[in-house]
Amino acid sequence: MAIQTTESQPTSLVRRTRLKLSNGGFSTFIFFIPLIVIFGVFSWWPIIQSGIMSFQETNLVTTSWVGFDNFYQVLNDPLLWKAIKNTIYFAVLALIFGYPVPLIAAVLMSEVRRAKGFFTVLAYLPVVVPPVVAVLLWKFFYDASPTGVFNTILGWVGIPPQPWIQDQATAMPSLVLAATWAAAGGTIIIYLAALTSVPPDLYDAAEVDGAGIWRKVWHVTMPQLRNVLFITLILQIIGTAQVFLEPFLFTGGGPANATLTVLLLIYRYAFQNSLGGDYGAATALSTMLAIFLALMSIGYFKLTSRWSDS
Amino acid sequence: MSTSTQQSGIEGAEDLFIEELAAEKTRPKKRKKDTLFDANQRGLISSTEWKQPRVRRWMRVVNVFLLSTLLVVGLGPILWLGKAAITPTQDTLRTPMALFPNGMDWYNLYQAWFEVDISQQFMNTIYLAIGSWAVQMTVATTAGFALGVLKPRYYKVFYSLVLATLFVPSVVLLVPLYLTILNPPLIGTSLINTFWAVWLPAGASAFNVVLIARFMGNLPGEIFEAARMDGAGPFRLFWSIALPMSKPIVGVVSVFAVLAAWKDFLWPLLVLPNPDLQPLSVRLPSLEQAIEKDVYLAALAISTVIPILVFIVFQRLILRGAGLGGALKG
Repeated sequence: MAIQTTESQPTSLVRRTRLKLSNGGFSTFIFFIPLIVIFGVFSWWPIIQSGIMSFQETNLVTTSWVGFDNFYQVLNDPLLWKAIKNTIYFAVLALIFGYPVPLIAAVLMSEVRRAKGFFTVLAYLPVVVPPVVAVLLWKFFYDASPTGVFNTILGWVGIPPQPWIQDQATAMPSLVLAATWAAAGGTIIIYLAALTSVPPDLYDAAEVDGAGIWRKVWHVTMPQLRNVLFITLILQIIGTAQVFLEPFLFTGGGPANATLTVLLLIYRYAFQNSLGGDYGAATALSTMLAIFLALMSIGYFKLTSRWSDS
Repeated sequence: MSTSTQQSGIEGAEDLFIEELAAEKTRPKKRKKDTLFDANQRGLISSTEWKQPRVRRWMRVVNVFLLSTLLVVGLGPILWLGKAAITPTQDTLRTPMALFPNGMDWYNLYQAWFEVDISQQFMNTIYLAIGSWAVQMTVATTAGFALGVLKPRYYKVFYSLVLATLFVPSVVLLVPLYLTILNPPLIGTSLINTFWAVWLPAGASAFNVVLIARFMGNLPGEIFEAARMDGAGPFRLFWSIALPMSKPIVGVVSVFAVLAAWKDFLWPLLVLPNPDLQPLSVRLPSLEQAIEKDVYLAALAISTVIPILVFIVFQRLILRGAGLGGALKG
């Protein structure tokens, strides 16, 4: 994190000499009960179960062990590779559309001197709109007829109507555009917070060396934001790897599976199967996805801890 | 997974935020200068540069451009939705960007609320939000107190188990959690089509537990010690000291809990197949083809009112929490 706090030594000393508040008896344990019950039943156990179910076949009545069959089945599904390709395509497009925009906006916004709060509120407003409403509203905007909202606007500048989500080529970029609109505000807030923690002395020093505004942006602001830029990058990749709502509501994965994503495929395996839910395949695929995401975050923390050491 | 290194990565932002909340409490009258809202002492552009006419002119252009872009992109679609909610279908379809060519149709809102009866889903959303909030608060405040203040010898085990779930993506939970709801332990009857199916899993939020545990852990220990000397037991410490002193963080977590319940889609879709029990987010997509477009857009607009109101009322709190949410979400 770009925000650095200096650990104050005295506090930890005080804490060490603190009187023991609990005798470790039952009256203490009572406070753990809601945690244990709720997390146990709805978090810890399902996580373990997910690993177990990946190796099982179940129809809810009988359950049998099938070894790695679920994984073979999923990996041999041609739709999986389509879904992975689509998800990567979504992630790459989201990086191209959505990564530079919040950064530029935040750098500009941090120099606003009057009514800064109004700017911030405006930027965050799309994040507050419930995601389902946002997607359904954009779906309406994407109406492919010449009198659709976006096609009307394009008409003003002489661009012919676009098919948007109804064409294989334009469907995915349309989804990404809507997703970027919904998410950019959150990233802007993170950057704005990080920008306030850039030490002003660095700018002073750069000015003494004769740096202009552009050079200050490039040689002071950007390096200072390095860590937070990396965090938002990883968060975005982790988020886009699990994209579901947009393809589900905009296109249902169509046209011709052009917007089928990994999570949508998991959903289809488990809940949209006419032969009854294939829970084994669904958990096998989600386990693989989770391992990928875990590797991403481990790599990310290795890198950031190396940076903070140097 | 190495939770300890991950923890230290987020600790900085979090402690800063918690300190800020605590500081706010000690001086309630004087509003603190907020870096997200007010110009800070010195940014990228120095005061000498501000005095140059060329820089000033450019910054004015940049500001106007920025403001108009934000207005069009941030506010535009929401205003359009508001307009479409009171426009006849034919106008919206033929001339979507025109302003009321054939007058307004306030009846849309009435139809959406009473005839399509989204009032039912509206109330469901509120019940779901309140119930989820209550479960989350019960778990997070008791667990936060146990992990942050009482700290018995075994607390580290539970603390790391809670932290570990922060790094498990929710995808993994989808199928097993659904099966748990179908056949929950001890109860013996399926929770499908009951609000409990949404309320109970909402309580398993590691984010809330960690935030409240850190906040309670940062409360001055002398107060607890003094109360303990006077013979107060854990319950008194919790109810009369820890809870009242944690109001700021409980407020933050509450606002986010309510907003999250309003946003939730996939989980209620799975566990509440009965339309009479569904929240707005689940009901709206199925209305798209079923009802007239103007009434449908009115329903979308009605669904957006509460979150926007909550945002406007709690904007400072939400925006400060949002920077933190991003830092912790991974």
